[in-house]
Amino acid sequence: MYPAGFDYTAPSTVDETLAILAQRGEDAKVLAGGQSLIPLMKLRFAQPPMIVDINRLPGLDFIDASNGYLRVGALVRHNDVVASDVVRRTNHTVAHAAPWVSDPLVRNLGTVCGSLAHADPQGDWASVMLACNGEVVASKSSGERVIPMAEFITGVFTTQLEPDELVTEVRVPKYDGPSGGTYLKLERKVGDYATVGVAIHLTLGSDRRIAQAGIGLTAVGSTNIKAVDAEQSLVGAEPTAEAFAEAGRRAALAADPRDDVRGSADYKRHVVDVFVQRGLATATELATASAA
Amino acid sequence: MEISVTVNGTVHSSEIEPRVLLADYLRRILGLTGTHIGCDTTSCGVCTVLLDGKPIKSCTVFAVQADGRSITTVEGLKQDGALTAVQRGFKQEHGLQCGFCTPAMMLVGTALLETNADPSEDEIRWAISGNLCRCTGYMNIVKAIQWAAKERKTEVTIPEQTVSVVETAEVNA
Repeated sequence: MYPAGFDYTAPSTVDETLAILAQRGEDAKVLAGGQSLIPLMKLRFAQPPMIVDINRLPGLDFIDASNGYLRVGALVRHNDVVASDVVRRTNHTVAHAAPWVSDPLVRNLGTVCGSLAHADPQGDWASVMLACNGEVVASKSSGERVIPMAEFITGVFTTQLEPDELVTEVRVPKYDGPSGGTYLKLERKVGDYATVGVAIHLTLGSDRRIAQAGIGLTAVGSTNIKAVDAEQSLVGAEPTAEAFAEAGRRAALAADPRDDVRGSADYKRHVVDVFVQRGLATATELATASAA
Repeated sequence: MEISVTVNGTVHSSEIEPRVLLADYLRRILGLTGTHIGCDTTSCGVCTVLLDGKPIKSCTVFAVQADGRSITTVEGLKQDGALTAVQRGFKQEHGLQCGFCTPAMMLVGTALLETNADPSEDEIRWAISGNLCRCTGYMNIVKAIQWAAKERKTEVTIPEQTVSVVETAEVNA
């Protein structure tokens, strides 16, 4: 299988990249890890007239935990996140999700930011960012803007990004108080799309009640879903099995899965319920341990 | 466009179309057919090569992306006519049947042992989880990599001029 022909350029600075994107507009497609884009091009679902390869850009492979954020640069590969001590120390949800992304070979090339910009509803990272209230930083020649994850994805494979914008980083805020999180994924085999994925974040207040809760759902709708109703039911509650059961029930209602080869819609909704409860229990344990 | 890629220690300069995939560049332009193409959809991993030492799927990378970088294929494992510990492990433990996935499995095993000289069975299974084998049920592939890990430990305890020392230098070159 072969992609259609395209013009290729590999700029050496971000400014040069943004100038090319501004000039070529919708004709240009950014290539980072390529682990979603190249398969689509080979199937000719995507036929961009120009590929802008950003792999030669310096300074975009940072993982950084300063200034109140965990920041992940545009050229950070999934396996960089797996290996990162900074991530392990800073955010359980991100740390637990990374080893679940695709397979070890794809993780050596695929990027976190590229995966988010691709906006596949079966992608794991968007659920993590929804649960953690992450933000995407997008740059263009005239400046940069910060887009909350909850607004970034607008539909299947569709985001708010303009054709002249480049995602330079994604970041999640550090939390005020003992926090925990995790990512649970059911997959038929390594590298397959998720049957169901659930991202959980939780912060405890000084009264040991839940101060902040985040729940993101993968592969159970036309986009990743932020289970807002379930999150709200947790805020102010004690972290008990009853509270988790109520959140699980509400998250299952927020899910909008379809019957397919990976399972029936009812089954997937049930997995969401169970995963949310398990994830909240794990997150509570981790938050409690971090407070000790 | 003009690219220059170091493949198995030798620099190759070629004029290619940007859409040429790395797997086809290696197979058709350089004639290195040890890199196989299986599913062609980023699923099976038989096209695995090492890009600057890390295993990747060469059917899902454009050859232009390898410009100025270093590739190791299965042809680059053997040194001065001697098989590496990983290659001997696949022979000793019968780590293959039809052989189609074997180049990829050996490259993944080689990359694993470079970063983790003493992997557990779980770590080996994790490392090869992006590579399909339809014959062996993976048992003997795991055993082959375990055999190689043990063999390499014995080799590096003998100072200088051992096969594994040469091999390490080449893989990192």
